[in-house]
Order: sequence, then C-alpha cells, then structure tokens
Amino acid sequence: MSAAAGRETMEETVQRALEGAHRAGATQVDVLLVEGDDREVRVRGDEIELVKQAQERGLGIRALVQGSDGLQAAVVSTSDLAPDAVDRIAEEAVALARATAADPAAGLPESGFAETIPELDLFDPADRDVPLEARIEDARRAESAARGADPRITNSEGSSASSGFARVVYGNSLGFLGGYESASHGLFSEPIAREGNSMQRDYWMTAGRHLRDLEEPGAVGRQAADRALRRLGARRVPTCEVPVLFDDRTAPSLLGQLAACVSGYAVYRESSFLADRLGDTIASERVHVIDDGRLPGGLGSKPFDGEGQPTRRNVLVSKGRLETWLLDHYSARKLGLESTGNASRGAGSAPRVGTTNLWLEPDTGSLDELVAEIDRGLLVTELIGMGFNPTTGDYSRGAAGFWIEGGEIAHPVEEITIAGNLGDMLMDIDRVGGELVWRGRTASPPLRIARMTVAGE
Amino acid sequence: MSFRSEEPSVSEGTGGRALSFFQERFDLDDSSLATTLDTALERSVDAADLYLEYTTTDSVSLEEGLVKGGDRHVEQGIGVRALRGERQGYAHSDEISLESARLAAGTARAIADESRPHTPVAIGARGPDHDLYPIDEAPTEVPVATKVDWLGEIDAYARSRDARVKQVMASIVCQQKHVLIAASDGTRVADIRPLVRLNVQVMASDGTRREVGYQGAGGRYGLDQLRDPSRWKGLVDEAIRTALLNLEAEPCPAGTMDVVLGPGWPGILLHEAIGHGLEGDFNRKKTSAFSDRLGQRVAAEGVTVVDDGTIPGRRGSLNVDDEGTPTRRNVLIENGVLVSYMQDRLNARLMGVEPTGNGRRESYAHTPLPRMTNTFMLAGEDDPEEILRSVDRGLYAVSFGGGQVDITSGKFVFSASEAYRIENGRIGPPVKGATLIGNGPDVLTRVSRIGHDLALDEGVGTCGKDGQGVPVGVGLPTIRLDGLTVGGTQG
Repeated sequence: MSAAAGRETMEETVQRALEGAHRAGATQVDVLLVEGDDREVRVRGDEIELVKQAQERGLGIRALVQGSDGLQAAVVSTSDLAPDAVDRIAEEAVALARATAADPAAGLPESGFAETIPELDLFDPADRDVPLEARIEDARRAESAARGADPRITNSEGSSASSGFARVVYGNSLGFLGGYESASHGLFSEPIAREGNSMQRDYWMTAGRHLRDLEEPGAVGRQAADRALRRLGARRVPTCEVPVLFDDRTAPSLLGQLAACVSGYAVYRESSFLADRLGDTIASERVHVIDDGRLPGGLGSKPFDGEGQPTRRNVLVSKGRLETWLLDHYSARKLGLESTGNASRGAGSAPRVGTTNLWLEPDTGSLDELVAEIDRGLLVTELIGMGFNPTTGDYSRGAAGFWIEGGEIAHPVEEITIAGNLGDMLMDIDRVGGELVWRGRTASPPLRIARMTVAGE
Repeated sequence: MSFRSEEPSVSEGTGGRALSFFQERFDLDDSSLATTLDTALERSVDAADLYLEYTTTDSVSLEEGLVKGGDRHVEQGIGVRALRGERQGYAHSDEISLESARLAAGTARAIADESRPHTPVAIGARGPDHDLYPIDEAPTEVPVATKVDWLGEIDAYARSRDARVKQVMASIVCQQKHVLIAASDGTRVADIRPLVRLNVQVMASDGTRREVGYQGAGGRYGLDQLRDPSRWKGLVDEAIRTALLNLEAEPCPAGTMDVVLGPGWPGILLHEAIGHGLEGDFNRKKTSAFSDRLGQRVAAEGVTVVDDGTIPGRRGSLNVDDEGTPTRRNVLIENGVLVSYMQDRLNARLMGVEPTGNGRRESYAHTPLPRMTNTFMLAGEDDPEEILRSVDRGLYAVSFGGGQVDITSGKFVFSASEAYRIENGRIGPPVKGATLIGNGPDVLTRVSRIGHDLALDEGVGTCGKDGQGVPVGVGLPTIRLDGLTVGGTQG
C-alpha cells in the first residue's frame, strides 16, 4: 500500500507506466490515469437516506507489441498505484499483448496530437469547497418542493444531489502527455403521485459542470411533481398510425441511436443499417446533427480525446445528408479515413468511439406550439425497453405520454409501444422545435415524426 | 434441464481460502476488522458493516478472424457503511488498508452526530452454509493462449457452417471475485466467486438483408464446462440459426393477442413484470405496484414463482449475499398468491422481517440493495405443443433481448429476438421487432396454461438497478398468456 504522503504525481505515475511497458518490450504504449472524488446524498421525505463519499483511481495501460503483420494489443488496468504494482502491470500488459494476434490496423495515431489544452470551463475550483451539508440542503429543498406540490404527491423515491470531480492524465510513447480537470454536478427528484388506484412516478433532473449551472432545487422538485401528477389516470389507446411528437427528454435517445449507427466500428463491421450511406440523404432536410467536444462548459466537452487527439466540431448530418462517421484512430484506419477526435476511453478499456456533446439543431416553436399543430397524435415523454436493432434500424419501444386531440392534450397514455424503422423515422421528421436545453451530453429540441405505429388496445 | 437444486455440500474450503487471501495480501485480521467497525460505532448508529473486494476480470475477444485484444482489470477496494434508521452513510476507497478503512468508517458515521459508548465488536468466524461453485482452476488463471486458440476454433467453425455468415465476433470473459464481509453483529464471512461467460455473435447476409444473431452462456463454474465442444458448438449453431431466421422474418403484427412464451430465457418476463416489484426497498417505501399486497392473489392459480440463490453453478447464485447473509430459496408467489418479498438487511429490519439473502451490490463502490438471484416459475403439467395448439391467432416468443419496468405504475416492456406468428394452433412465419408490453400486477393473472418443460436460461443475464449491474438468472416453462399487447409495425 502506498501512503498518501510522498505519492507520485499523476504525471509521474503515467511516465512510470510508459517506461515500464517500454522496458518490457512494448513497441508503442499509451496510458490513461483517472482520479475522481465523488459525493452523493439522497433525501427521502424528511430523512437523509444516503450520504456517500469516495475517492477512486484507475490506471489503464495499453501495450502494443510488434508482431509478424502489425501490432499486437492488450489493455491492463488497476487501482493499485504503488510504484511496484505499476511496474508489474506494465509487464503484464506487454505479456498479454504478446498472446493476441497481430492486427495491421492497430496502433497509436502517428500525429495530430493536441498541442494546446484549451480552456473549456469544465469546473469551478470554488465548487470543491462547497460543504456536503449544502448539497444535502439542495436535495432537501427539491424533495420538499416535490412533496409539497400537491396533496396527491403522497410518496417519493427521494431527491438526490451529486458532485464529482475528476482529473485525467493521458500520455503515450510518441511523446504526448496532457491532462485536464473536470467536474459534474447533478440534482434529481423522483416523486410519486397517487389518486385512487393509480400510482405514477416521474422525475426531473438538472446537471452541469458548475453548481451555478443547475436549476434551482425548488423548481426541480416542482417540475418532477408536475410530471408525476399529469400521468395520473393514464390509459391505453387503440392501435393506430399517427404522428408522434418526442419531447426534449425522449428525443435525445433517437440521436444516441443514430450515433451508434454512424460509429466507425458499426460501419466497418457492417452492423449498421447506415453502413453504406455516407453522403446520402438519410433524414429529412430539417435534420442537422452536430457533435462538438469543445462547447464551453459542456457535459461532454474535453480538450482531447482518449488518444490525445484534439476534440472538434463534427457535423454528422446536414440538411438530412450524412456527412461523416464518428471515428477513433482504429476505426478510421479500417475505413481508410482520419480520426474525428471521438476516441472515448476509460482506464479499463481500449479506445472506442463515443460522442461528446451531441445535439439536433433547433428550428422554431415551443412544445405547446408543436402540440397545437397536431390534430390527432401522440406526445411521448418516456421510453422504456431496448427495442432497437442497429443492423436493420428496426425500432419498437415501450412508451408513455399523452394523447393529442384537436391540438390539445386529451389524456395521459401508458402501456403502449411505438414502432417503426429508424431509417424511415429520420426521413419522416417533419417538425423540429425551437428550444434546446442541455441536461446531459446529448440534447434535442422536441421533434415530430410524421407517422409511427402505436400499439395498444 | 433439471432445475431442482441438489443439497449443496458444506465446505470450509472456499470461505477459508477467501479469508486467508485478504489476511495475507492486505495484512488484515479479525481485530483490524473489529477496530474499523468500532470506529463507525463510536457515533450512535444502529449497525455498521465492511465489504472488502478484490476482483480480477479478463476478457479476450475476436473479430474478423483475429483475436485483436485482451484485457485484464483488477478492481480492489473497501466499502464501509453505517446504518441508522433509514439512513445510510457509505464511504469507499480503492486502497485496502487499516488506515483507509478507518478513514472511510469516520466518513460513513457522519450520518449520526452524537457520540455514545458502545460494546466493542466481537468478530465471529463463520463459513458460508454451502459451496455452490467449487472449482479446480480459477477461470482467470487459464492461460490466455488457450482462450486465443479456442476463439480461433469458434471462428472457423462458425464460418464453416453457412456461407451467409459474414462476420463472427466472439469473446470469453472470466472473473474471479474475492469478498470479505464483516458486520457489527459479529458476522465475518468470505467468499470466492468465479464467473465465466462465452459470447458469440454472427452477422449473416443474403445479399440484400443483414441480420445479427447472438448466443451466450455462462455461470459460476470453471471454464472447462464451456470448452466441451458439444457445448460451444451448440451456442454457435444457435447464433447462426437466429441470424438466418431473422433474414426471413416479417414485420411483427401490432395489437392485443394471445402470447405463448417458450421455456428458459423468456423468464425475463418474471424478472421485469414481477421480480423488481417484489424487492423489499420498493415495498418498504410503498412505491411498488405490489406494495401491501402480501396474501393477495397476484397470479392465476397454479402459478408459483421462486427466487433461488442456491442452485449450484448458476450465474445468479451466491454462497452468501453481499451482506454476508446465506442465500436461500424464497417462494415469492405460491399458487397465485403473493407470499414474500426479497430483502436485504436494511429493509428487512425496517419491515420487521428476516433478511432473505437478496442483499447484493455491484462492487465495493456501491451500497447493497435487495436484488434478485435466479428467478423462475415452477413447471406445470401441460404439454408445450398442446399449449401452442390451443392458440388460434397469436405470437410465440422464444427469445428476448432485454426488458425494463416502471416499478410504480407496474408497466413493463421486453423485446423479442426470436418470435413467430401462431396461426390456427401452428407455428407460422418468424417476425422481427416484436415488443411485449403489459402491467406487472396483472400479467400473471393472464397465465392460462403452464408447460411441464421448465428450463433455466443459459447464464447471460445482467440486471441493472440504481446504476448497479449484477449477474442474475431467470427461468420459465412454456406458458400461455391471454391478451397481451404486442408492439409491432403492422397495424
């Protein structure tokens, strides 16, 4: 066990791992070290239910060894950062790499590493000094606002506040060494409404890189309560084909599914229904989708990706045309292209493709205005289940929301599914709302799909 | 498949080896565990516990005919919990030492402010009641070269089976988890938990359509069980069969119809629709659609559902749960009547009942929650073919991708990966993208036939709750459900 005193700096530990792997025979190596400090509190009713605090570390070494026809790769990770343990796992990584097959596409990016670390406003040092009691108070205020919103709010799963601070250092054998700090804070409330035999839960949450980004706790609790209340009395609707409006909480899931289908890995494996559609029109002309890793304060922002490449703005879909894949170095090589700076990586895994801040460009109109434009259709506010097949685009998920009749909300709906094919759904987006609110790394204004199958009674 | 567990043999072996592992590696003995618990108990808390973990996970994976990567991950840490009423203070550290444990205990006890005198904790040695996964060789100790060669055989075999197989992806994942649990009531128990898994995915193309088929298997046993060629070749054949079948599949009908679920993995229905709603935390808080319904009819006559953590070698089985409580066989629904919830220690204490061995956590970085182990419905007497013949028009669902439930409203959904139309009592054409949706408290009242063919799943399930994933098992005989909503695209 290494004691806190005299501990190496993160950069020194990364250097030690790089050198250890090199000594053990690695042709190339890269190392990711993450240190985190996390707190979470939960208040339910009048009780503090949970107070959780932790410090976590993870060191991942990717060793690449020259084989007959390409490099052999392996990743080894640990939370034991004692110098002798680091030396040992560096050797293990090399030994494990020697057991795998040589892959002509494997290897570090040759060049293009981030030369400067831009200031992306990813944390506020003052937030570190905010005492745990203040976060407990935030959760308490959200909980009491939710519980007090209406006599029909009879119970809850509680309200929780969390703060996480992390520092990432990445280095590789080609001389890149960089690091950055970030934070994320959240506040979440999940009340339960009851009327007669109907019991409904819903939630509201807010998240950001700075505590000041968060919505006010009382507003979070009240919004959560409103959402639970309006679901009371939900019922099924007959099976039909109607326009379906996704709100700003459900629409981002469609972008996530689109991103999975334009990931370089899904493309070279041909496991995406979009695998041969680069440059084609894959969505209606209203659709512009962007991934940008450098939005100041963005929850998905980072100065460089999991391979040290600078993050950047990538337009995935412009006026419905598929403009680029999302690529890390490996998948780019497989496709004869360049990395888009989308390597995503944890200490325990090799790089993969991930999104940063992903969004659909807003058009015009509030959610209410979009509802008013629908004569007969469905507003979806919650999706459950995993009914999406990226290979075919087939889509069928459980949904809850509201029935729209004559441009107005008629009644809440549950126990239905909505189904279609993502390829058709993207082409059928015939309306995009004007409000874009970030609650995570992916955001979308409300959007309408001209026609989907709703299965119910 | 036989599902009735044999009486497990009692063994000091696993628990003893796990204990000496921690003692030797981290220089922790009973007195240091007791000292840490004493630190937590200096404040007025009701109880405290410690969870030490050292887990090695390795995986080797193949695609495009190459074993492109291997990885090995060591996760170690200690979690300290203090409990007072409904409150939990939890702190964890990835450094296993007396010093870090005492620091964590000092943090965890912050849920109580006043100090008070207490009787020092006396740790008592106790082994698990049963050893459900004795193995000769830790799966993480099997040489990487052996796994690499095996993946090569899998790839070659899959490609030899059908020219339409265009891609083969396969992986072998092995885990060896050591845990040591100590609590202020004197509990001290250790366990070594092996877990293996083989995944095979193929992509097939007929020139116009592409479809993926997946099959996996695993459990708490040595890797040798899966290395039996008849076993892994069967899995590869299944993955190929599913992919080819889906090439022919038609769009799924939408609407309400009678549904027949095949045996085994479709037991995920029980997990989603019933299981989560019977977990103690939701019922203590009365946020479940099943709250206050003990003693009431929640399923058709003849329906008996159990959660059994004691079946040897199963993915969901444990010698002791993650709070040190021995696992057991819990009957949840007996002949249609709700008889028991699943409990961890906290919720059991607050509800005034016994813990049921269902306190589980993903790792030392998580607090325990009431979770399922292996959840299944007991066999009935009906002939599965006769069950299919009894349906005029409906859906026959044989395998599923995954599911989800809203505990409070009771609404659940799950997605079929292999399903067929039933036409005039016969299995018709395969359909793709079938999703089943329903209401948990109501769905088992729709069971009208129960087959005699109970099977447990192949051992691939992972259950997610509160951001924590734990391995689970499910099982089901062939059953008929009257009038379930099927979500497809054909109105």
